[in-house]
Amino acid sequence: MARRVPITLVVAALMFVAGYAALFIAPDERTMHEIQRIFYFHLGSWTAMFTALSVAFVANIGWLLTRKPRWDWLGVSSVEVGVVSCTSGLITGVLWGKPAWGIWWTWDARLTTCFILWLLYISYLILRGLLDEPQRRATLSAVFGIFAFLDAPLVYASNRLWRGQHPSPVIFGGPDSALDPRMGKVLVVCMIAMLGVMLIVLVDRYRLERMRHELDELRVEAESRSASAGPALTSATKS
Amino acid sequence: MTTARAAGILLAKELRLEFRARELLNATIVFALVVVVLFSFSFDPTSAESRRLGPGLLWIAFLFAGSLMLHPSFGREQANQTLDALRMAPISPFALLLGKMLANFLFLSAAEVILVPVFAVLYNVSLAGVVGRLAIVLAMGTAGLCITGTVFSAIAAHARMRELLLPLLLLPILAPLLIAAVEATASLFAERPVIDTTWLAILAGFDIVFLTASWLLSDFLLEE
Repeated sequence: MARRVPITLVVAALMFVAGYAALFIAPDERTMHEIQRIFYFHLGSWTAMFTALSVAFVANIGWLLTRKPRWDWLGVSSVEVGVVSCTSGLITGVLWGKPAWGIWWTWDARLTTCFILWLLYISYLILRGLLDEPQRRATLSAVFGIFAFLDAPLVYASNRLWRGQHPSPVIFGGPDSALDPRMGKVLVVCMIAMLGVMLIVLVDRYRLERMRHELDELRVEAESRSASAGPALTSATKS
Repeated sequence: MTTARAAGILLAKELRLEFRARELLNATIVFALVVVVLFSFSFDPTSAESRRLGPGLLWIAFLFAGSLMLHPSFGREQANQTLDALRMAPISPFALLLGKMLANFLFLSAAEVILVPVFAVLYNVSLAGVVGRLAIVLAMGTAGLCITGTVFSAIAAHARMRELLLPLLLLPILAPLLIAAVEATASLFAERPVIDTTWLAILAGFDIVFLTASWLLSDFLLEE
């Protein structure tokens, strides 16, 4: 807890540097010019999303194998953070798509995959809200989470065969991708900054889930105590 | 008892239930027909357009009908706590799941056998010469729908608002299946019908991945 403030400050500073670097240090792009600068945050959002959802997948398996509540807390926290990152990736993508492609949205493999993932993980959160019993909620949502994660490569493969408009990756795209080295450096800074933000939110969300769990346990304990204290007291506390 | 034998007994039980009540199949077929008719009203396609839009319409109707039909699979075990009785039987949870998957597969296939000819008449699609190949595509698509749908029916059965929840969980995960099944069906409805093995491979991949996942996760899915 004591380390929380300095860590948050470091990530905030990194985010500031990343913003400055993306806007002023990164070189101008040849065809898209200023618009292309959104890319640094666009890719940063996807990095954060894929990290969060992979953590969720591991957490889902972890819960099913060990039944330690902390895996369940990690599962729901990382799905929530992943959905937020996904939303940010979709919004930056739509904002970028209009000036760059002339359209807000297209049913391309990557766009569709992320949109379907967004829907699937929102369904995961809705499912959790509709399951009342904590043990069962953790198990059934973990099973659904694993199914959702397994669906991602299938969605991608089927959409890839169906149509493709999204540019193929320039970064790590082979020798002729001709990326300015400064762009690569700015990109790495942005990706680390956004991952940092994602992790801070994830840790806080995890703490919140743990506190909720503790609160529930205290409530159950208080109820069992008042029940054992006798019917008179129970009716008094309930009224 | 082996898993196959237990699944067979449970399949027989599901079929007997359905033959006595006959509620699921009738409702499913009529619902899918309603979708087909409403589609015709809302788009008013010419015969060339219906050749292009037809496969999509057909699969959308199957997916919607399936997502509604699959709910009672586990939903109706809730009424008299019969699921608890089934869980106490000395069989593997996967056998229980498999029996229901097979039953759902047969129900939905039976609905398709009636719906596809009706659809062909209403939308002027010629089925001559492609029946066998179409059956393969339908079977693979229906299998994927029933595998994921039966698992999600077991999940949704414990939740509140379960009738609404099942389509919500099921339809997005079926996106790759829908694309592959529609494209494979479209290449069969084309002027010169061909069977597209790429899309069959996606369908097979979907079926195998999720059948394996349900086998691995069935213990957790059906635990008390």
